[in-house]
Amino acid sequence: MESLEQLRDRLLTRFPAAKVELVLNPGASPEHSLLLEAASAREIALFLRDDPFVKLDYCSNVTGLDWPDKEIIETKKVSVPDPAGGPAKVVEEKTKRLQPGYLEAVYHLYSMALKSTAPVILRLRTVNRSDQVTLPSLTPVWRSADFQEREIYDLYGIIFEGHPDLRRLLMWDGFKDHPMRKDYVAPDDFEWEPTPHGVVHERAKAHYPLPGDRLGQTPAGQQPGTVSPANPTTQPEAKP
Amino acid sequence: MSDAEREDLRRHGILLTSLEELYNWGRSNSIWPLQFGLACCAIEMIAAATARFDIARFGAEIFRPSPRQADLMIVSGTVTKKMAPLVVRLWNQMPEPKYCIAMGACAISGGPFKQGYNVLKGIDRFIPVDIYIPGCPPRPEALLHGLTQLQEKIKAERLAGPDTARHLRPENPGEFPIPDYGAHDLQPPNNPALFSPPSLPRKP
Repeated sequence: MESLEQLRDRLLTRFPAAKVELVLNPGASPEHSLLLEAASAREIALFLRDDPFVKLDYCSNVTGLDWPDKEIIETKKVSVPDPAGGPAKVVEEKTKRLQPGYLEAVYHLYSMALKSTAPVILRLRTVNRSDQVTLPSLTPVWRSADFQEREIYDLYGIIFEGHPDLRRLLMWDGFKDHPMRKDYVAPDDFEWEPTPHGVVHERAKAHYPLPGDRLGQTPAGQQPGTVSPANPTTQPEAKP
Repeated sequence: MSDAEREDLRRHGILLTSLEELYNWGRSNSIWPLQFGLACCAIEMIAAATARFDIARFGAEIFRPSPRQADLMIVSGTVTKKMAPLVVRLWNQMPEPKYCIAMGACAISGGPFKQGYNVLKGIDRFIPVDIYIPGCPPRPEALLHGLTQLQEKIKAERLAGPDTARHLRPENPGEFPIPDYGAHDLQPPNNPALFSPPSLPRKP
């Protein structure tokens, strides 16, 4: 089996117009991957499946990723000359940059014919997270991607163009949210339970205000009008 | 006549009983469960029906594939929000008297998936539960114990008087509202007639 760099070069010679990028993920067990662009992904996938030297005929796993908008602060050291003629001062200059978020679909491919042991990983990225979330479906290439692409559509909201049957898989049809996105807000059916762990307890304290608190004041991060049916004024005064 | 005297007569071969007792004895020893499973608890339920544990000893071996013929709903496993309306619909289709066992942590409270987005936090939000069997999953013995507890409950039911059994009371709803699939959650998220969330005890 050739290395990922060789595979990228092979793809670039075969598809000169396409953009294929090597995404490195170094570490103790490195998992490098190839980033494809949406326009040429289908052709490249067909080539990867059918080319006798690559023959990636088995798509074992497809999964989604959500990368939210990220604010990156870069610090740069700038030397400012002293107007009085002294030595130049070194000042740290901070620049903020908003890295736009995107959704990602990751395909793990193996070759049954060539008996590959490590997966070849493909990545596809959407333009953003809100309105341009269309990616080409690879289900026509690897049939096993069918349900997994449906699951990604359900949980992340990536629309796979060319998928034969793109419906929600786990949630019902009228469901509007995509629960695996980082900014998903779960329905407010929270309830206190007798043995809460820390996060649950913090959330419970915000959810059930103290009896002395002013009524109508909702805790931070909670929509008004969604206070749970438990009336805070009639709560039993027991030991916490 | 006291229970001691009656036991004394029974030892001498004279059986004295009431219609209520006879009726409940018959019902409690022929509970037919509804044949459906939702998750891994269902495997333990199936194990309870096999020869090793043998739920037939308690008269509950006839798992019915139709809710019209079933007396007992064993909610065995994780109830997802997508599945909850169907479980309530099955419950509505069962004729009275009917009983419900919530088997395992998920059916009781959502279990390890309680904080998730797609799991109902306990089936008792929508249908009345008679017996709760804790465990993840409960062993078949636990299910058998739950069944015998249900039998005790049935045997203690009264056919008349102020503490009449639930299925004989005229105000018993019989049918329970089936939640709709909403845009973000089930609508309503629970049946307020059955369930209200517990409150957090706080020091003022």
